[in-house]
Amino acid sequence: MIALWMGFLFSTQVSTREDRALQVNLGTMFALAAFSFTGLAQASGMGNPDLGAALFKKCQSCHQIGDQAKNRVGPHLNDLFGRTAGGLEGAKYSKSMSQAGRDGLVWTEDTLDSFLESPKSLVAQTRMSFRGLKDAEDRANLIAYLRAFSKEEAPAPELQATGQGIDITLDPSVLAIVGDAEYGEYLSSECLTCHQSNGSNDGIPGITAWPTEDFVIAMHAYKQKVRPHPVMQMMAARLSDEEIAALAAYFSDLD
Amino acid sequence: MKLNRRVFIGSGAAAATTLTAPMAFAGGHGKPRVVVVGGGAGGATAARYIAKDSKGAVDVTLIEPSRMYYTCFFSNLYLGGIKTIDDLGHSYGTMAASGVNVVHDWAIGVDRDAKTVTLAGGASVPYDKLILSPGIDFVEGAVAGWDLSSQNAMPHAYKGGSQTELLKAQIAAMPQGGTFAMVAPPNPYRCPPGPYERVSMVAHYLKANNPTAKIIVADPKSKFSKQALFQEGWAKHYSGMIDWIGDDFGGGKVSVDPGAMTVTIDGEVTKVDVCNVIPAMKAGRIAELAGVTDGKFAPVNAIDMSTKADADVYVLGDASQQGDMPKSGFSANSQAKVCANAVRGALTGSRVFPAKFSNTCWSLIDTNDGVKVGATYEATDEKIAKVDGFISATGETADLRKATYEESEGWYAGITADMFG
Repeated sequence: MIALWMGFLFSTQVSTREDRALQVNLGTMFALAAFSFTGLAQASGMGNPDLGAALFKKCQSCHQIGDQAKNRVGPHLNDLFGRTAGGLEGAKYSKSMSQAGRDGLVWTEDTLDSFLESPKSLVAQTRMSFRGLKDAEDRANLIAYLRAFSKEEAPAPELQATGQGIDITLDPSVLAIVGDAEYGEYLSSECLTCHQSNGSNDGIPGITAWPTEDFVIAMHAYKQKVRPHPVMQMMAARLSDEEIAALAAYFSDLD
Repeated sequence: MKLNRRVFIGSGAAAATTLTAPMAFAGGHGKPRVVVVGGGAGGATAARYIAKDSKGAVDVTLIEPSRMYYTCFFSNLYLGGIKTIDDLGHSYGTMAASGVNVVHDWAIGVDRDAKTVTLAGGASVPYDKLILSPGIDFVEGAVAGWDLSSQNAMPHAYKGGSQTELLKAQIAAMPQGGTFAMVAPPNPYRCPPGPYERVSMVAHYLKANNPTAKIIVADPKSKFSKQALFQEGWAKHYSGMIDWIGDDFGGGKVSVDPGAMTVTIDGEVTKVDVCNVIPAMKAGRIAELAGVTDGKFAPVNAIDMSTKADADVYVLGDASQQGDMPKSGFSANSQAKVCANAVRGALTGSRVFPAKFSNTCWSLIDTNDGVKVGATYEATDEKIAKVDGFISATGETADLRKATYEESEGWYAGITADMFG
C-alpha cells in the first residue's frame, strides 16, 4: 500500500514537467505500476467482470462506457485506468474533483477501490451522488468490469454493448423540445426546497450543470417509473414534456 | 426597469405606457412595496423570492421580531440528542444580500383601508401587497388547566427556540424511572407527524439515559399521521416504554395541573415529571388582527394564496386555510413560491405561471430509521387539492431507512438555504 502511494506522489511531480522522453518513461512506469496493482488485486481475489456488469447498472444513469460512450452527467469511463481525476477534457467535474486531480489523484485499482467504497471520504465535495459499495467483493467485480474497457487490457467483446445510459422509450421529438428557461426558473423553485442551487449533494443529489439531454432523460425515467424514488416519481409524474424541457434548460445553466 | 423621476419625465409617452402596471401600485413613492410579516418557512421564502426575482424592482420588507430563526422542523432531533440547538439556528443576516429589508419588530396591527402595518415600536409601514406568514398561536382554554402562563411548567415546545430548549432540559432532569407525558393536539395542527416523532425522539433519549422511564401520550384523535410506521418503530426500538392513549380510550378527556404536575386522563390522575402540552392551534394573532381569518385560520384562494377577505393580503403556511396540504414548513415554502410569483407578476407585470404545490415530511423514529410521507397538489377554484402521494412502507430495510434519514438532512440543508439564501 505504501509503495503504491509513493508511486502516486512521484507521478504527480513528474507530470508537471514537459520533457517528452520523461513522459514516455512515466507511461512505461505507469504500465508497470498498473501491472503490479493487478497482481495485488489477484492476491486479494480478482474481481469477476460479468458480475461487475450487473453492478454497473447503478452507475449508468450518469456514466457511459464502451463503444460510443460519451460524457454525460459524469465522465465516460473508457480508459479510466491511469486517468488523472477530474482530467478528462469535456467532462464536468466538481471543484473538489479537479483539485484532487491537481493534487495527484490518478484512477488505479487502489484509488478506485477507495473511491467506490465511499466517494465522499476520498473526494469530499464530489458531484457524484453515490453512497458507495460497502462490499469489497462487489467493488472488485465492478473494478474488473471497468478495467475491461481500459486500453491496457483488451476489452472483452461480450461486455461492449452495455453501459449506455438509462433504457427508456422517449420520442426524439421530446428530446428536441427547446425549454423555456424562464418557466424553468419558476418550476425550479419547487426543486430547490430539497436540491441546493449551489450543487451540493449531501443526502440529496446535486442537479446543476447537467447536460440538458441527461436531465430530460432522467426526469422521463422517473415519470415512466423506470428510475426508482417515490418523491421523484411523484414530482416528475405531473410535469409535462415542455415543463421537463424548461427545467433542463434552466438547470443546465446553473453552475 | 428602475423607476426614477428623470426617466419617467424625460422619456415621454412610450415609457409612460410601459410603466402603467407598476405605477398603479407605486402610489407616488417610486417602487411597489411588499411587506411580509413573519420570517419562517413561508415568509422568509416569499420575501427572498420576490426580492431576488424582481432584481430591485419591488421594495420588500420582512417584519420578524427574532434575530435568529430556530426551526421547529428538526427540533425533535435536538430533543433526541441527534442535533444541537445551534444546528437549528439561522441568522437573518444573509437576507439583505437577496435585497430583503429585515425589520426586527412585532407587527401589532394592520389597517387594510390605509394599507399600513403598525409595529410595536410605533412605526407604520405602508404596503401595496401584504403577505402574512405568522405561523400558529394556541386556542385559549383548549386544554383544561393550561394557559400560556403555564408554559414554563408545562412547555408546548411547538414554536422553535427557547421552548424547545426548556423541554430538553426538563427531559434531561427527569428522575430515573420518571414519567414524560404529552397532551397531543386535535386536527388541524402544525406538522401532523410532529408529536409522534417527538415521542420517538424522547424515547430515543430516555432509552440511553433513563431506560426505566415511561412515556404517556393523551391524544384527542383516534388515529394519527404515519401511525403504522411509528407504532412499528416504537415496538421495535422502545418496547414497553410508550403508552399512547387515543380518543377511543379517553385520550381526549384530559386536564392538567401545572402546579401539582399532574395529568388527568379520563378521570385517572397521574403524577408526571415532564408534561409537554400541545394545545389546539389557530392562525398567528396578526392574521386575526388583520381581519382575514374566518374561525381559526385564514381562508385563501389556491391560485395565489390571496385571502378570501382581501385581494391584497396573502396568508401562507400554518395560518392559512387552503385545502388539502398539511401544515408544514415544506408546505409553507411551496406556497410561498406560488405566492411570490403571483405577487411579483401583479406588481411588475412579470410572467405568472400556474400554481404547483408539493410537500414531503420526513420523521426520524430512531438513529438512521427515517420515514417519509409526501404529496403533490394543484390549485382548483375551491381549494388546494391533492393530486398524488406516497408514504414509506412498514418493514423497509435498514439501508432504505438510513437513506431516507440522510435525505431528510439534505432537505433540511436545502430548505434553509432556500429560505435564507
